Amino acid sequence: MNETLKMLLDYGIVFIIGGAFCAIAQLLIIKTKLTPARILVIFLIAGIILEGVGLFKYIVNFAGAGAKVPIIGFGAALAKGAIEYAKIYGIMGAFAGGLIVTAYGIGIAIVTSYIVTLIFNPKTKK
Amino acid sequence: MTKKKIDVKHQSKDEARNQRYNQYVNAVTPQTGTAKSLFHSFLVGGLICLIGEILFNLIRALFPAMSEIMAGHLMVMVLIVAAIFLTGLGIYDVMARKGGAGMFLPISGFANAMASASMEHKSEGLIMGTSVKLFSVVGPVLVNGIVWSSLAGLIRLLLP
Repeated sequence: MNETLKMLLDYGIVFIIGGAFCAIAQLLIIKTKLTPARILVIFLIAGIILEGVGLFKYIVNFAGAGAKVPIIGFGAALAKGAIEYAKIYGIMGAFAGGLIVTAYGIGIAIVTSYIVTLIFNPKTKK
Repeated sequence: MTKKKIDVKHQSKDEARNQRYNQYVNAVTPQTGTAKSLFHSFLVGGLICLIGEILFNLIRALFPAMSEIMAGHLMVMVLIVAAIFLTGLGIYDVMARKGGAGMFLPISGFANAMASASMEHKSEGLIMGTSVKLFSVVGPVLVNGIVWSSLAGLIRLLLP
């Protein structure tokens, strides 16, 4: 009973934190009229800075996928990789690390996009 | 000459009416629209993150030998593949109209931007259309991500 309650609480935190990031982005769109691409870049750089100063791991410990799934987590993963590889391989690692750890997602996104483009035709927008 | 005067008169009349209309629009629409879209993004974004967390726990339970980091990578990969297939079927864009930022801020929105850009330019050919336009939306994210994360790595090198 206690275990399931804790699990539900964890899922609740994931939902609220993940939703809050998206609500902040939506608020930025409405209030500042920034384009979605700019919002994505702002959140990405926020993630890089949070990881760079070492705060992001506390957010992930608290919110799990609620912090990893929004684009802020992608930025944090890039920065984490760059810093980790820089520690091991020096200057060369700083340039490669970010791409190495995010290559899973980027690689499969490119390949699947290509396959889907071959299979499906674009839907006409109504 | 007289015609111009009439035009000016009309213009000021129109402006006053436009102003009144804009005031009316501002008074009636934004609050409800803002609150509703904020709530929708919160709901949809939270739901996608929740799916990610459930998926992550499922992967951890199914493959106990897999490290936590690799399980995280697999979770992101599954979300990306699902989002791209939903984009291909035309479902993702329908949902994105309701979800707003809740649909594009998660990593699935990043995948959707890639797939829809490449599909949209399919008619221009696989090389000059799809392959060129694949990054037309997500390009800024990748460029800024690589530049600033490399910088973060280099700065960390300077620190003891």
